[in-house]
Amino acid sequence: MSLAFRDETFRDDFTFYNSPAAIRRFPFPFDRDEYMYSVNIEPHVKGPVGSVVEFPIDIDEHYVAEMKERALVLQQDPLRCQSLPHMITAEWDLVELLMTSMAESYPQWFSLTRDGDRWHWINRPLEIDQKFTFGDVATLPYPPMEYITRQCQGDFSLLDQREDNLWMDAGIATTQADWSLDFDIGMNFMEWHAPVPFAHQMGVFERALKYLLNLQLGRPVRRLNWTMTINPRLDTSPEQYPHWGKDRTQVTPENAGQKVHLRVELQGLWRLPRSNAIVFSIRGYLASLQELSTSPKWARRLSRILKSLPDEIADYKGLTRHRPLSIAWLSRFEDGSPTTPGCGPD
Amino acid sequence: MIHAHDIRVRVTAIEDVAARTKRFRFEPVDGGSPPLFAGGAHITVALGDDDGAIRNPYTLSGSPQDRGGYEITVLRTTDSRGGSAFLHEQVRVGQELSISAPINLFPINFLARRHLLIAGGIGITPFLSMTEQLADLGQNFELHYAMTCSGAAPYEAQLRSRLGRRFHRYCSDRGERIDLETLLAGQPLGTHLYVCGPERLIDATIAMATSLGWPSENIHFERFAGPPPGDPFTVRLAKSGQTVTVGQHQTLLEALERAGVEPPSLCRGGACGQCELPVLSAEGELLHYDHFLSEEARAAGHSIMTCVSRLKGRELVLDF
Repeated sequence: MSLAFRDETFRDDFTFYNSPAAIRRFPFPFDRDEYMYSVNIEPHVKGPVGSVVEFPIDIDEHYVAEMKERALVLQQDPLRCQSLPHMITAEWDLVELLMTSMAESYPQWFSLTRDGDRWHWINRPLEIDQKFTFGDVATLPYPPMEYITRQCQGDFSLLDQREDNLWMDAGIATTQADWSLDFDIGMNFMEWHAPVPFAHQMGVFERALKYLLNLQLGRPVRRLNWTMTINPRLDTSPEQYPHWGKDRTQVTPENAGQKVHLRVELQGLWRLPRSNAIVFSIRGYLASLQELSTSPKWARRLSRILKSLPDEIADYKGLTRHRPLSIAWLSRFEDGSPTTPGCGPD
Repeated sequence: MIHAHDIRVRVTAIEDVAARTKRFRFEPVDGGSPPLFAGGAHITVALGDDDGAIRNPYTLSGSPQDRGGYEITVLRTTDSRGGSAFLHEQVRVGQELSISAPINLFPINFLARRHLLIAGGIGITPFLSMTEQLADLGQNFELHYAMTCSGAAPYEAQLRSRLGRRFHRYCSDRGERIDLETLLAGQPLGTHLYVCGPERLIDATIAMATSLGWPSENIHFERFAGPPPGDPFTVRLAKSGQTVTVGQHQTLLEALERAGVEPPSLCRGGACGQCELPVLSAEGELLHYDHFLSEEARAAGHSIMTCVSRLKGRELVLDF
């Protein structure tokens, strides 16, 4: 696959956009017209060629720009990347998982040569050529997790497993939908999920935790989550709220198509071999209402989903103020006709 | 029964390591490296004639650094369901078997300030890889190993030379006992305790630690007793209508797998909770042998852990 990595921005002048091919492969998360809460976990197995789940780790046309954005965020706020000391084994596990996966899926961009503990990593898009000793932190320019996640799209957290619980003891979050690693670090699974409405009463987190505690090596799982973001801004963190919170007041019926973006997170979970920790990856995809409406099915379905969304969930996702404007903008595609089954475009 | 995620391996070496104790080496048939594992991990091995009528869990006793294959160390037991007897008597070098990917239900706690490892007999197996990993990580630990010394205890010489003063041996056939009270009372705060061995040793260690005020989060144990046999019974699956007979030496889980059903499972020792299935009705008494369900849940009889528990009676109906 040949791909042109675009020079684009996710802040200030917001030059981000999706190519027609990127829109077609957008992981639209709704398989029906009515909103239904579900945990929707499935095995993270190879999906259709060209889809975001063709490979375990998806690298797309925004790769180089997203890595520049990550470096900017880290420069301004180093606390976006944190790791408690006992997580060093899990950090190395993550280096191995990402490097081997990226090199195997995209040999035209990445290569990994291993001779025992002596590893040689080449990242052509970012012009990196690094020889290092696996397990020796002194041989890399950053700590292992930070080193590799500065070269991989998506946020990551490393969950330590002990006391029949999962603990968010390391992670990097520069492209997050309003959660804070600095706030959550050291919390357990129940603590960091406490703000989610409804799901606790439904027993969702007890079941999900039990399932994840038994997650097996070599059998990763994934799910999709979604929210909406104003402007193609990757860094909608609580730390940056003063900069992006006001964006929600600037949506108008005229500009909603360009400003309002569906933000879909492809979340993956892998058991790590040496540390017995779990890596939780959160890979975000953005598409404006206008981009999505190039498939009228998606436009009709999204407007129906937004209409049927319970107020509590709209509040939790931060959609309350602009939801009517999005529905109004999408209404030009609402001709009452049915939508075809499945998540895919027309 | 072979599972979709099984790894096909060839037995490449069988060695006697002590009385009635053999080490088996497995290498992937496709020639690649098997998945990495960490200290405390186990695999399940499909055993018996006719492509694995039973599946037993065995701790990986080799080195996590060994990327060519896996090793397990198996004691020939007399009350065996046939798993250890099959390995000792039927399995030959060159033979192919199916194994699962590694599962770690006895992992190292990386927050511990110190690790106290207590092994009895063949319960030494998880500590072979754990001590190697702890040493590599520069962790503070001690291993106390109770064994029968007359029959050449498995791995004693290797552990002694590798661990030096961190290794402590007790010859139970000479009347030597681990003084659990002194040992456990003398540990600094922040120590984590790991025990593996005969049921009696595990129970005594947990009881002593608890009575000395050890927090339960700091006590880790792995039981490796096999599921007990029992009278045959019938199980009916309500969703498919399928009826399966569970034999005397077979577990409910194995009988279902044998019938082509792939119900959830993981540890095969009644510990992890993965194989829990809802019970619709039971004509007879449910014999719960697991360590997972609470007393209340057992009394309620709404679910059963298929890997170890069974029915004493005629027919069990599961909502599956």
